Amino acid sequence: MNGVVRRLTPQKLAAAAFRLREIGIAAALGISVLFFAIRAPDFLSVSNWQGIAQNVAIVAVVAVGETMVILTRNIDLSVGSIVGLSAYLSAATFVHHHAAPVPVVALIAIAIGLGLGFVNGVLVAVARVPAIIATLATLGIYRGIDDEITGGKNITAYQLPDSFLKLASEKPAGLPALAWIAIGVCLVGAVTLRWAPWARDFYAIGSNPDAARFAGILVRRRVITAFAISGALAGLGGFLFAARFPTVDAVAAKNFELDVITAAVIGGVNVFGGVGTVLGVALGAVLVATIQDGFILLRISEFWRLFFNGFAIVVAVTIDALVTRRLQDALRRRRAEVRAARHREAQA
Amino acid sequence: MSEPLQPPVVELQRVSKSYGGVHAVADVSFAIRSSTVHALVGENGAGKSTLVKILTGVIQPDDGQILIDDTPQRIGDPQIAHRLGIVAMYQEPTVFQDLSVAENVFAGRHPRNDLHAVDWSSMRSEARRVLLELGAEFGPDTPVRGLGVADRQLLEIAKALSSSARVLIMDEPTAALSPHEVENLFATVGRLRERGVAVIYISHRLEEVGAIADVVTVLRDGRHIATRPAAELPDGEIIRLMVGRSLDDLFPKEEAEIGDVVLKAEGLMRRGVFSNISFELRRGEIVGLAGFVGSGRTEIARSIFGIDPLDAGSLSIEGRPFKPRSPRAALARGLAYLPEDRLHQGLVQLMSVAQNVSMAVLPELTPGAILRPRRERALARRFMERLRIKTTSAAQTVRSLSGGNQQKVVLAKWLAAEPRILILDEPTHGVDVGTKADVHQTISHLATEGLTILLISSELPEILGMSDRVLVMREGRLVGEFARSEATQERVIEAAAGVGAAA
Repeated sequence: MNGVVRRLTPQKLAAAAFRLREIGIAAALGISVLFFAIRAPDFLSVSNWQGIAQNVAIVAVVAVGETMVILTRNIDLSVGSIVGLSAYLSAATFVHHHAAPVPVVALIAIAIGLGLGFVNGVLVAVARVPAIIATLATLGIYRGIDDEITGGKNITAYQLPDSFLKLASEKPAGLPALAWIAIGVCLVGAVTLRWAPWARDFYAIGSNPDAARFAGILVRRRVITAFAISGALAGLGGFLFAARFPTVDAVAAKNFELDVITAAVIGGVNVFGGVGTVLGVALGAVLVATIQDGFILLRISEFWRLFFNGFAIVVAVTIDALVTRRLQDALRRRRAEVRAARHREAQA
Repeated sequence: MSEPLQPPVVELQRVSKSYGGVHAVADVSFAIRSSTVHALVGENGAGKSTLVKILTGVIQPDDGQILIDDTPQRIGDPQIAHRLGIVAMYQEPTVFQDLSVAENVFAGRHPRNDLHAVDWSSMRSEARRVLLELGAEFGPDTPVRGLGVADRQLLEIAKALSSSARVLIMDEPTAALSPHEVENLFATVGRLRERGVAVIYISHRLEEVGAIADVVTVLRDGRHIATRPAAELPDGEIIRLMVGRSLDDLFPKEEAEIGDVVLKAEGLMRRGVFSNISFELRRGEIVGLAGFVGSGRTEIARSIFGIDPLDAGSLSIEGRPFKPRSPRAALARGLAYLPEDRLHQGLVQLMSVAQNVSMAVLPELTPGAILRPRRERALARRFMERLRIKTTSAAQTVRSLSGGNQQKVVLAKWLAAEPRILILDEPTHGVDVGTKADVHQTISHLATEGLTILLISSELPEILGMSDRVLVMREGRLVGEFARSEATQERVIEAAAGVGAAA
């Protein structure tokens, strides 16, 4: 182990550590699939995987937006409330306009989320409220609005048109339509984070906010954009949520933000910003959903399910911190050696 | 070499900036020309950083104007400075640790392809071209986390080059470089000059200024003293212009009785930060630790106090060995350290003097877990008397006190733990003149009571006025020790800047 480390240059070492995360999640995923496949006979059935895919889909969609926010060294706690509000409004739209075209309603849901996310962004970037407080406040406010609109009533599946419910029930090419949408969102998200100049700014801002300002990056505008995207994807998530769980009431998607943030953190998004990929987050979401599903199949109690969720976060973050510290120490030592060598060289 | 007839790129005209009535820069005018290395020298607090901040749009001047190419410009924020071609390299390079070298070079202005997407391949090749030109030993795909200080500085220069900067400000670029790396940097600066860039070079090392500058501007106490061709300014003359004044007697030093050795440090070393540090502190003694920012003064204090680990060396307090494992352990052995910002932030403004003073010793005032307000007030009154804190009563809120008295409350808070050795880091940084004298008086008085004080300060007059003995640091080493009678501004600066044979 030590020998391997020594042969690596600092650069390679750092590069390897960055990739370590996705490999780690993939390995954890492989191990848990293997474990559940042996212990729970139904685990490998097609219908079980379709179930997992449906569960992952909504989390993944919302987590892509959350990732953008976390990359800028902020956090969006209000996504659960946005999903809930958007789910109810989407369903209510179909109740009142049975023939409404599905894509149009989806766009309405996205627009609502976009607006709510924009408010978050303005609070954080312009009013300078720390993101954790601003979005904690809007988590409450948006849920309150949801509560007021529903007025204690709920919408049930038979009030909704089939064209909408098909999103969850149809399985083109063996995968639920929801999952296809999620894959699409992840692809667009990954491409954006890689190729869009303004999205690269997210990484710079989260990595060093002051330096970002000095480099002439429009920090405020970018932060608002990240929150708006997070809101928009939560809006889309709410729309999908209503299709998947068609009995929608005021507590729909309560605590959903926890699943989303868990997926992001386990997927290697650094809560201090600057680090994270959509691939990692998607893998994180799949890993969490797989373990949850396996636990249910094995009839393991809710306590252990929740315990494991928390435990996984602790493990992921601890490994991150340890790896970073080890890496920094190794690099520091290495630098000192190189410097000493150069010094000798210069004196000789 | 530059010709004196180069047109000015930037011209400062009567620029002033003050903070709370204290002038940081006052009425400064001079011109910076292209294809010129323009050194900016002066003591700490002379106004160099303030000028840099004004030029880079971080702060606005209160008065005066800045001409760029003979046109008055308002540099309202860093973006505008960027657009005008003014780029600064800071002492601590402002890099993005999590991104690759190429992305650092192009942060905020990625090259784009026809689809308006980031053009990674041209970004890499452009970055590679600039890096090659600079002779960097790393490529565009290297993660910045793996780069050392020298490489990070090269990266900053690469940034400036690729954004076609016209004015590049280098603030203490050599502070953390080895001689070999400094040579490389100078070669780079030479190339920048050939390209027509105006380089503003800030350094405390006068031999560097002599080696590289075409023009030197000397600042003192926020005022412009001289701008002359470097060839006409030998080192001695620069120092004379920098210091310029005799030591004023703002520093009422009381004679304290100096006793036995209280703290002894031998061969302290922290890899890459400082090495071979040995000194002794005696009872009742005030020892000044001088040296420029980044010379390792604060780092030594942090290591002695147990904040950062030591890699080698030994310490003893009052003859018994002391291992600085944690600040708590240090406090238990009677060693207290007041970091620079602690003096400003170590108070709860809305609480009373008594509540603030007692904060660090609450367990002793709360027998049986119940706070005895009377004891708390008694403690506070003791310190109010000892430090001459001017308040109406111990119950007065800290917020209503003057700055100097607030500083004293912070001191009282630490003194309540009854330390025998006190390390003060920049105790009067950012404090107005009147308050300063007040704080100095208090420090001096504490020494007469038998406290040992290690005074870290960037202000030479403060060090010279207060200290019984002065230790001077440069680049992580102790390079000079002067008794009070031998310590002069010239000698200390020479040692700190590494001029001549003073080291």
